[in-house]
Amino acid sequence: MHTEQLAGRSQQRFFRPEEEERFTYPQAFEVDFKKRTQFDAGPMSSSEVNLKLRELMSQGYGTVVMKNPGAKHSLAVGILNRLNLTIEGSLGYFGCGLIDGPNIHIKGRVGWSCAENMLAGTVLIEKNAGSTFGAALRGGDLVCKGDVGARVGIDMKGGTIITGGRAGAFCGFMMQRGRMVILGDAGKNLGDSMYDGTIYVGGKIAGLGVDAVPAEMTDLDVQWLERKLKLYGLEAPKGAKNMQKICAGRQLWNYDNLEPAEKKLIL
Amino acid sequence: MCGIAGLIHRGRTGDVGREMTAMLQSLKHRGPDSTGYALYGKPHGKELVIRFKVAEQDEMSKGFKIHDQVKERRSEIERRLAELEAKIIEEDMATEYAFRFRIAFDGDLRRLANYIEDVEGAEILSIGHGLELIKDLGDADHVAGQYSLGGFVGTHAIGHTRMATESDVDIRSAHPYWAYPFADVSVVHNGQLTNYWNGRRALERRGHRFVSNCDSEMIAVYLADKMAQGATLEDAMKGSIEELDGVFTYLVATSDSLGMAKDTMAAKPMVLYESDRFIALASEEVAIRSVFPHEIDTFDPYEGEVRVWKN
Repeated sequence: MHTEQLAGRSQQRFFRPEEEERFTYPQAFEVDFKKRTQFDAGPMSSSEVNLKLRELMSQGYGTVVMKNPGAKHSLAVGILNRLNLTIEGSLGYFGCGLIDGPNIHIKGRVGWSCAENMLAGTVLIEKNAGSTFGAALRGGDLVCKGDVGARVGIDMKGGTIITGGRAGAFCGFMMQRGRMVILGDAGKNLGDSMYDGTIYVGGKIAGLGVDAVPAEMTDLDVQWLERKLKLYGLEAPKGAKNMQKICAGRQLWNYDNLEPAEKKLIL
Repeated sequence: MCGIAGLIHRGRTGDVGREMTAMLQSLKHRGPDSTGYALYGKPHGKELVIRFKVAEQDEMSKGFKIHDQVKERRSEIERRLAELEAKIIEEDMATEYAFRFRIAFDGDLRRLANYIEDVEGAEILSIGHGLELIKDLGDADHVAGQYSLGGFVGTHAIGHTRMATESDVDIRSAHPYWAYPFADVSVVHNGQLTNYWNGRRALERRGHRFVSNCDSEMIAVYLADKMAQGATLEDAMKGSIEELDGVFTYLVATSDSLGMAKDTMAAKPMVLYESDRFIALASEEVAIRSVFPHEIDTFDPYEGEVRVWKN
């Protein structure tokens, strides 16, 4: 058994509260959560829907309901400020990508690559999700209450991904940081070639990937899991303390041991 | 990239021509080069429907002789069918170069197929009791209009929108593929097989012929070969997960069944909707929504998964 120890290169950055202005983008909109509206995405193209969201945010709307998304691709992408967005329906591929800050509640299903490169905020999906769920996630909480496809959190660099049901193969492939929670069964090659980060699994694991190893559950893990799951109305089927914890064995870690000249050769 | 779609009505029939056209048109962005359908209608007893072409679409705009040649080729095929004691019950000319014959024939299908395809330019698209395979260049609306597919009543169908990557933009390389020489078996595929040539050579040594250099054709022939040896459709598909190498999601249809298989990497997409009366699958949910515009529950099949549904 291994005990997780954060080591090696870190991508964590620390900010002082007095530097708050750096957390906002120059083009971010000032919105008021009490200012509410809704619109019908049914007759609109993906671009028109995203432009409509920008228009509403520019008018100060902080709570928006999108109706009839019709599983269109690339909806609700690139939102870089606070926003409470409820999507009454399902999204196609690449929904909610490249967002930084909004809280999005999707009442249907999402296709491949939902919340890719998400930086902050929350995305909560009531039904199922496709593959590459939360690819390259950097921050925030991405939660699917149903089943998800393969390669969940591939290349994730931070944040939290929670799957209420089953997940497919190669979840956490090349994971570099962050936490992944799978309450159901996990497919084969779980955590393959992961560098860092932690994966918790409540069901059966079909197989671990290269350099992914079981680790000891600590009280801190259990407390964190219980607190996080409660936020989204979820529970571990056999209790948080009985979940399995997977982390990187770090046998593949050799980059930091290289001399500068050797690193140059690799780069 | 390519887009694939399939649907099956449970215990009833529907306008599968219109339904599949809607699904494929919504997948046009995944492949605009060609569109193909394998539609399964109600069989007419032991009669067979044979769909064939005698030229490629782009040949028709090259020179003046081709227009006479397609007529000569069609006449020669009619002569050869008569020679093999196949009785032509009905003839339809879908386009100048593609035809649909309803025939009565109880002989050897392989011999029939080989003899017809021996005619210059002739290629059989399908032979079956219920199967009718239509494929041509252009998007779904264009092909459906060209071949009058709206109103085609049947039990199930599969279809394909193609983005050509490794073989030509022509009808020969378009999907679906009929599993020569086995009646009523067709396949559409999204992905790439990396052991195509080895697999093809093995099947050729067993006497099977290939009309294209498209890896997807091998899946059809592989499955039909396994079934001819006594395997069930589901067992043949499970075998394919082990024996076919590469990334793939494919759909296969037989006279009464629709099946799907996904490789062990789950690298190619597939979304599935299942209800008591209808099953629909597609590369993207937006295709299923073209048939069911209201909110529905869908999910992704998992790696190495094989499923088969019967009408």
